[in-house]
Amino acid sequence: MALTVLKNLVKGPATIRYPYQPAKVTPVTRGHLVVNINNCIFCGLCRAHCPADAIEVSKPDRTWKLHQFQCVICGCCVSYCPKDCLSIEQTYLPPSPAATIVTVTGPDEPEKNEGQEEGINKKL
Amino acid sequence: MSKQIIVPFGPQHPVLPEPIHLDLVLEDERVVEAIPSIGYVHRGLEKLVEKRDYKDYVFISERICGICSFIHGATYCQAVEQVMGLEIPRRAEFLRAIWSEYSRMHSHLLWLGCFADAMGYENLFMNCWKVREKILDVLERTTGGRVIQGVNRVGGVSRDMDAAEFRRIETEIPGLRADYTELTRIFDEDLTVQTRTKGVGMLSKDMAWELGAVGPVIRGSGHAVDARMTGYGAYDELDFKPVVRTEGDCHARCLVRAGELFTSLDLIENAIDRIPKGDILIPVKGNPSGEYYAQTEQPRGEVIHYVKANGKKNLVRHRVRTPTLANVPPLVHMLAGCELADVPVIVLTIDPCIGCMER
Repeated sequence: MALTVLKNLVKGPATIRYPYQPAKVTPVTRGHLVVNINNCIFCGLCRAHCPADAIEVSKPDRTWKLHQFQCVICGCCVSYCPKDCLSIEQTYLPPSPAATIVTVTGPDEPEKNEGQEEGINKKL
Repeated sequence: MSKQIIVPFGPQHPVLPEPIHLDLVLEDERVVEAIPSIGYVHRGLEKLVEKRDYKDYVFISERICGICSFIHGATYCQAVEQVMGLEIPRRAEFLRAIWSEYSRMHSHLLWLGCFADAMGYENLFMNCWKVREKILDVLERTTGGRVIQGVNRVGGVSRDMDAAEFRRIETEIPGLRADYTELTRIFDEDLTVQTRTKGVGMLSKDMAWELGAVGPVIRGSGHAVDARMTGYGAYDELDFKPVVRTEGDCHARCLVRAGELFTSLDLIENAIDRIPKGDILIPVKGNPSGEYYAQTEQPRGEVIHYVKANGKKNLVRHRVRTPTLANVPPLVHMLAGCELADVPVIVLTIDPCIGCMER
């Protein structure tokens, strides 16, 4: 027991002070879902295959909406996206007191490449 | 004869990780009868199969349970693959076996920690969970998820492990084995653990069989019953021997789980030695038609996924028979006649997973 006590005194705590210190991540960690809206064709396949019903896509409004609290970050939408514009980033989202919805609006003219990306966080 | 009183135990109780309610009929401090009731975390996941594509449902089936998630996903895939007559790559079956064993180790370490906490041995609880963190790290770097792995697909698995990763796993195994030896020594020899568990919650060999116990509960009562012995997936090529104890008390069930940690490490080493090269995922076309009953071994015991399909993209029926449900009748039997102070320890020895049970 004395050995364990000494070891623990030298080693320090086994835990990290998350969220003040960033969480451990690996190159394959599923942290959160992001969209590259410039390539999006608003086909709605991601919405149709989302197991958690977390995605809303509107072709007339050219918006892609993600309910972040509903999203389970399974990566199902990523595998279905025909334009490969969805991807999973490694970092975890910061804690939030209320459900967040991310609405991303695509470029107006699909023919033009120089589109604008707009991200709006709305708190419900 | 003293007067009988009813003491409610749960659904919110410090030792219960998940909500189950027991009405304990007491005579003084002795439990005469325990009446269980469930239904606090029902989510209707089985019904959801009618609204989701059968391939997307893999992610939902993984979320039936927050601890043995990988094996739920693998069993569902196995059932659908059988319905469709798919022969998945052998490498994928080996990878599933490796991840299943990691998943089993993390579940058992979680349980050993919770069990130590139920006995009031908080230091041991922390130590078990410290070791569990090493398992979660392996799962995270190989699959991308700590607890919900999300690598199962109908037709195989979505991630492969390279030779460097296998070597890294092999170098980590001796360290884990040393950690397990130390933990097992404490659970086996410590006076605190022995006083709280030896001779408590007896389940005889015959009663365990008659009440249909599964998993470590029946193996702690002397029956070598383990779905891995049927040789599903890659287990037919792995050298598997179930851990069996004959005492039938809480201590035996605890040591069965501790023993299974070592079995899992052996199976992982075995699988790494014998894993064949090749693909990990085959393309799946069309929709399933027919029904199948897949049986696998979870950390808590045998799980059965029944699927029925009629050639459309949504399945007609998905039914899960989880080990906790099978272990509730033995629990009620064990509780009758015990002391009130032993109830938390006995309830925990069946490793209740209510989220699984109610789905």
